[in-house]
Amino acid sequence: MGMKETQVTVNVNGKLHSLTVEPRLLLVHMLREKLLLSGTHIGCDTSQCGACTVLLDGRAVKSCTVLAVQAHEKTVTTVEGLGTMEQLHPVQEGFWEKHGLQCGFCTPGVMMTAVGLLQQNPHPTEAEIRHGLEGVICRCTGYQNIVRAVQYAASHTETSAIDSEVAAPDIVRDVIEGR
Amino acid sequence: MIPSAFAYERASSIREAIELLRASGGEGKLIAGGHSLLPMMKLRLTSPDTLIDIAGVEGLRAVRVTGDRLTVGALLTHDQIMTNPLVREKLPILAETASQIGDLQVRNRGTIGGNLAHADPASDLPAVALALDANLQVVSVEGSETYAAEDFFLGPLITALPENSMLTGVSFAIPPAHTRGVYEKFAHPASGYAVVGVAAVIGVNQGQVNYIRVAITGAGDVPYRAHDVENTLLGRPLTPATISDAAKLAAEDGVMADDLFASAQYRAHLCSVYVKKALLRASRIE
Repeated sequence: MGMKETQVTVNVNGKLHSLTVEPRLLLVHMLREKLLLSGTHIGCDTSQCGACTVLLDGRAVKSCTVLAVQAHEKTVTTVEGLGTMEQLHPVQEGFWEKHGLQCGFCTPGVMMTAVGLLQQNPHPTEAEIRHGLEGVICRCTGYQNIVRAVQYAASHTETSAIDSEVAAPDIVRDVIEGR
Repeated sequence: MIPSAFAYERASSIREAIELLRASGGEGKLIAGGHSLLPMMKLRLTSPDTLIDIAGVEGLRAVRVTGDRLTVGALLTHDQIMTNPLVREKLPILAETASQIGDLQVRNRGTIGGNLAHADPASDLPAVALALDANLQVVSVEGSETYAAEDFFLGPLITALPENSMLTGVSFAIPPAHTRGVYEKFAHPASGYAVVGVAAVIGVNQGQVNYIRVAITGAGDVPYRAHDVENTLLGRPLTPATISDAAKLAAEDGVMADDLFASAQYRAHLCSVYVKKALLRASRIE
């Protein structure tokens, strides 16, 4: 049977990458092992814990349950693409201010889920935040401070800042086609 | 975990997807969001030779209202369904159910077509499909066919989908304006899947129930309509007492599963409790 390698062109954190990959390569492995972006973690590897969450075209997804080839001509944002040491993303700032982490293993995935949640619902109620975070598992914090961190981010973010946070897929397509 | 190797093709049309399926000689699988298929492939519960990616097929993401039916394209994600204004207006029960599937990340990837074609016995949507007299639109080499939801789910992960075919859309009956539909589930605490899930639509006219659909998922190998509950309430006044009486019959039309999550006896009990809960909320008695 065939295992023909497949071309993937993907925008990761604003940078265009063209790779030839085996179709069975998972997005999380492409990010960590091919692009050396190890901020995205592998937790359960069974689409439950959410440690591997990244944004795909602006939507939070579990990258252990997406094939790299499914990200073709799409935009991926990982935790490395969120903010800088000088200018933290509001969600990162929220985790800092509200002590939203202890061991930190789940944190990249939780933050990416929170960014995706605020993108879809910029002013969530506490109940909506908890519902939105159902797909992430943290074994340290008991979630209370994570919820506070997301509330902090929601109140410190202009709606427009969230909207512009994730590069629009159309722009990427233009880049790819104009290559 | 890494799935076993497979060939990967991208289909740009329904016709091409079906041709690629045929060319795979029965060893190919369609993939859209992949949230039913990829977890199974990673566990090597299934190892297709070829994956045919239909995410790029145009025209399968529309929501349309025609007469008294609302049709959704197979490629719509659960998130797109729960936030769609037409769905929320015409079929709030469908939006409510979609919002309870998996979690935020899963709802962003999983599609309604993939969910129904996968036919997980603990999936939420099949109950709503039965309660809303859904018709599943299927295209194969032979042409287009429509399956009533009641004829579609044949067993755990088994559907009436013929070989080399593709589910392209689902049309749901929009119940009469005086009715109200709700979905109530007892979710497994770890997975969120329905141990028992109840979709109920009920309407009262001149003091008597004149429209009722009750459908149950999760309790057994296949979702089922609780006809005994429906027939007991039809033509009767809707009170906590009549609801309680009818709910006792919730397990009568199904075959309860008996597994490590719940015994058959416990599932039958849950069916009654959740039918009662759903009917009380739908009747605004609560």
